[in-house]
Order: sequence, then C-alpha cells, then structure tokens
Amino acid sequence: MYAIKAKKLKKTYGDFTAVNGIDLTVKKGSIFAFLGPNGAGKTTTIRMLATLIKPDQGEASLFGYDLIKQSKAVRQRISLTGQYASIDEALTGQENLILIARLLGFSVGKAKQRASELLESFGLDDAAKRQVKTYSGGMRRRLDIAASLIVTPELLFLDEPTTGLDPRSRSQVWQVVQALAEAGTTILLTTQYLEEADQLADHIAVINKGRIVAEGTAAQLKSSLGSGVLTLQLANQADLMHARSLLAGNQDIEKITDAKEGELRIKLKQPQIATQLLVELGQAGIKVPEFSLGQPSLDEVFLALTEER
Amino acid sequence: MKQSKINTNQLRAVLTKQERPEPPNPLYAITTFSWRALLKIKRHPEQLLDVAALPILFLLMFTYLFGGAIAGSSREYLQFILPGILVQTVTQITMYTGMDLNKDIQKGFFDRLRTLPIWLPSSLLGSLLVDSFRYLIASTVMVSFSLLLGFRPQGGVVGVISAIALILVFCFSLSWVWNTLALLMRSEQSLMMLSMMVIFPLTFLSSAFVDPTTMPTFLENVVKYNPVSILVDAVRGLMHGNVELANIGLVFLSSVIIIIIFAPLTLFLYRRRK
Ligand SMILES: Nc1ncnc2c1ncn2[C@@H]1O[C@H](COP(=O)(O)OP(=O)(O)OP(=O)(O)O)[C@@H](O)[C@H]1O
Ligand SMILES: [Mg+2]
Repeated sequence: MYAIKAKKLKKTYGDFTAVNGIDLTVKKGSIFAFLGPNGAGKTTTIRMLATLIKPDQGEASLFGYDLIKQSKAVRQRISLTGQYASIDEALTGQENLILIARLLGFSVGKAKQRASELLESFGLDDAAKRQVKTYSGGMRRRLDIAASLIVTPELLFLDEPTTGLDPRSRSQVWQVVQALAEAGTTILLTTQYLEEADQLADHIAVINKGRIVAEGTAAQLKSSLGSGVLTLQLANQADLMHARSLLAGNQDIEKITDAKEGELRIKLKQPQIATQLLVELGQAGIKVPEFSLGQPSLDEVFLALTEER
Repeated sequence: MKQSKINTNQLRAVLTKQERPEPPNPLYAITTFSWRALLKIKRHPEQLLDVAALPILFLLMFTYLFGGAIAGSSREYLQFILPGILVQTVTQITMYTGMDLNKDIQKGFFDRLRTLPIWLPSSLLGSLLVDSFRYLIASTVMVSFSLLLGFRPQGGVVGVISAIALILVFCFSLSWVWNTLALLMRSEQSLMMLSMMVIFPLTFLSSAFVDPTTMPTFLENVVKYNPVSILVDAVRGLMHGNVELANIGLVFLSSVIIIIIFAPLTLFLYRRRK
C-alpha cells in the first residue's frame, strides 16, 4: 500500500522550471527523505504534495485520493511543517497549539488538554506561557512540529526540520520523527544533510535541479558510486606524481582524486583489485607507507550526484 | 535554566491517540479567530493607541488649525468637521486589516491555515469582528472628546449611535478592499504604499473637510460620487438630525457594491495563492 504515488510532477515559475518531472512512490509507514542542495526543488515538491500549490503538469495520489480532485480528503490525512516556522509569534506556545486544535474542531476544553499533553511531551511545558518570539530556534521547531501533530496525521511532511539546529536540538527532532514512525505515520522529510537521511530514512531520493538523480537506501546510493575507495598515503610528491601516471590508464579504476597533501583517493570498480594495485605500485618502486580501503563517504556521494554537469 | 527534554514515552502515548474531531462549524472557527485577535490586543495594548490617541490628535489639529480660517470660528467648524474627521479616521484605521493578513502570509502562518479543515473566510471574518470593535472604540473616544470641546449634535443620542453604526457597516465593506490588496502585494512595505495611495485620495477628495460646492466642477463630481462622501453626508445628517433616508440607502448600496466586488475577489485570491 502506498502513501504517495506521483507521476511527472512539474512546476514552472515563468521560464524557470523549479520541479521538472518528478516520479515518486512512498510506502505507507516508511520514512522517505528528499536530499538535495539549495534550490533543488524540495520545498516546491512538498508544497505541491501538501495541496498548497498546484502542479502545472503531472498527477499524484495520496492514500489513493487524487491530489487535485480530492484535495479535501487528502488534507484530512496530512500535516505539514514547513521550512520556516508557521506559528504566530505574538501568541504563547500554549495559545498557538490551542488555536490550531480549536480550528481542527476540538472543543475549548479538549483543545487545552491536547495542547498541554503535547507541550509536555515536547519538553516545552516550561515555556508554554511565553510568547513564541522569545523561543530559541530549537524550541520553535519543536512547537511547529507539535502543531502539526495535534491530530496525528497519516502522513507528515517535514521540510528541512533540522536546518540551523544545534546537535542536541537535531537529535530531539530525530527522536520525534522516530516515535512518529513507530506510531504508524508515514513521513516525507527533506534535508541537506546526508547523515540525517542516512540515520532516519528507509528510502532516499537525491534531487537536483528539479529532478530525481538517484534513489535507494543509503547503502545502495553508496555502492552505486563504485564499491570502494582506496586511499593511499605517499611518501613524497614525486611518488605521488609517479603513482598517478602509473594508474592513469587502468581499466579497473573509475576516478582518481587528490585528497589531502600527499594523499590519493582512488575509486575502484571492484574492491578486490586493491591488493593488485598495491603490488603494482611496489614493483614500480613507489613506497606506500599507509593505505586504507573504504566505502565512499556520504559527502562524496552527495557531491558526485549533485555536481554541476 | 532547566534543560528541556523530549519525553519519549509520553510522546509515543500522545501520538498513538487517534482522536480526529469533526471539522469546526464556521461560527466556532470565527469565534476562535476573534479570540486570537483579542489575545494580540491583550499582548500589545499599545496597538490601541492608533484608535484612541490618533483621533484626538486629528480632532484638535483640524478644529484649531483650520477652524478659524475655514468656518470663521473653531466651535462652529467643529459642528461641521466632526462627522468628517470621524469618518476619515475610522476608515483609515481599516487599512490595518490588510497589514495583519499580509503579515500572516509572509510569516507562513497562512500556509498552516490553508491545510486546516475550516471554512476559509472565517479567518478573515474573525479578525474583522475584532477590528469592528476597534473602530467602535475609536468612534466612541472621538465623539466623547468632541462633546467636551463643544460639539452639540442635534440628532441626539439616537442620531449619534446610528451614525456610528453606519460607519461600522461601511468599514466592514472597506476591509475587503484591504484584504484583496494584502493578497496581491508581496511585501508589507509595498502593501502600505498602495494602501496609502488608495486611502488618501479616498478620504481627502471627499466632503469630509470642505463643502464640495466650493470646488471646481470636475473635482466636485469626483467628490460627489466618492463613497466616503456619501458616508460623510449621511453621518453628518444623522448627527445633526437632518438626514435624508435616500442618503442612508446610498451608503448601504455602496457598501454592498464594494462587498460584491471585493469579497469574492479576496476569496478567489485566498484559495488560489501560490
Ligand atoms: N514562487 C516562486 N517564484 C519564483 N521562483 C521560485 C518560487 N518558488 C521557488 N522558486 C525557485 O524554484 C527553485 C526551487 O526552489 P525550492 O524552494 O523548491 O528549493 P529547495 O530545494 O527547497 O531549496 P532550499 O534548500 O534552499 O530550501 C529555486 O531556484 C527557487 O528560486
Ligand atoms: Mg526549501
């Protein structure tokens, strides 16, 4: 069963195409991450799926309801925490939650009760009676997320929930996301941090310039970029140049990059050939005081997938 | 300060509660939005300054600055000018309705509203209700103060109260103009500019301060059909006890016309917003 099924979603602003044909399937109960640099089209895609803007082309259904034709049914099942806090700064945290709860149809008494339950579980009970404009970034985020959970949604959109948060606040948001997933809510979040996608998501889609450029689990994404990276520490610059020219024509090597001073990173097509390469280097009289074989780092994956082409 | 912590166990319990109430009826939603607007006034009572202090300032300025020159004596001028200034001041305050809506849009609060299962106009109506209360305060302050200065309405209490009621009706309709503009303009500054460009001609090119028959013909015609002039004439008539019923009818008519044009336009823009 799918929470989201989208086909060829497209959104243009004037001549500029912000989202350029995105296909998407999100399994019910999963955590799905959109990973992409600034301006990739993450927010635009989320806003289309949350019925806030209309796609110019393409179609989507959420829980089997058509995004456009049955937007009311869609809205009843989803909740959105946008990239920028959508709470009323002049009101207190408690008043904000009561306001939204009442607008969802709770009676005044029930709204108060739900607000205090949420404030307490989000660690905001001490600040409940303070105006939101006095809140820190992390507190604001939590309040904003709490406001999206007054009625537990079947699908929650979180647009960059941890951008600008310190490590503690970030891990608090992660806790909320995980607890929510355990309670059965499907989550679609966007992030610029690979680590976050890796930690939280069952499935990652890398988005760049309005298109999905890669998709899969974190492990799949890593292995899609060559299965191993051999890092060589060379004794001096002459050796480094020598090694570089020696390996340049090798068919088993995907890419050689200079890393730190005196260090080469060699992306291999198969990890097995690493030993063979070391032998070759030794035979050519090049000393390799240190080496290591590892997976490409997530940053490398990210940069490789989203680099200017 | 105590470290605030996420209470994971409790969070799980809170999240597994699957209570989903029926969507609120419009009246309940309107009251809720009014409650929000009242909370804001409670937090920032200085907001009420514009509805209390500004009218008094205007009144003093006009009466003593222009009174002698325009009507011979300031006391005599006050009888003529008060209905005009009252209308001018209160219609100008209506501009803030648009500012509030615009701020909600800029701050993203509006996005959340649009995902809620509410009858959308209720957010506008809720704040309009509280705004009307502000207009009422402004009118009361102004009339009371002018009584101290020597304003003597021949229409009596009934005349004054019906005049204020008529102003509220007109202001309610005018608010939709500001809401439309608020949805059209991107920033608060540009909205402010545009609103000024609407409100100043609207209030000054009216019969509020001078008798239109003293104006050049072209201007006289503009002033005659300005809805604010129609309102000023009706308010003046009610307060001085010589109102023509047709004039009151015209105020209602122009209010209805403004609403017929701008309310649907506002709602259309409200739903369509990208
Ligand atoms: N209303 C709009 N009018 C014009 N251009 C827009 C509009 N909204 C978005 N864009 C453009 O579309 C592109 C994608 O924007 P979007 O906000 O979806 O990116 P994003 O992936 O969320 O980026 P970020 O990480 O910075 O939030 C950007 O280049 C942006 O300038
Ligand atoms: Mg964004």
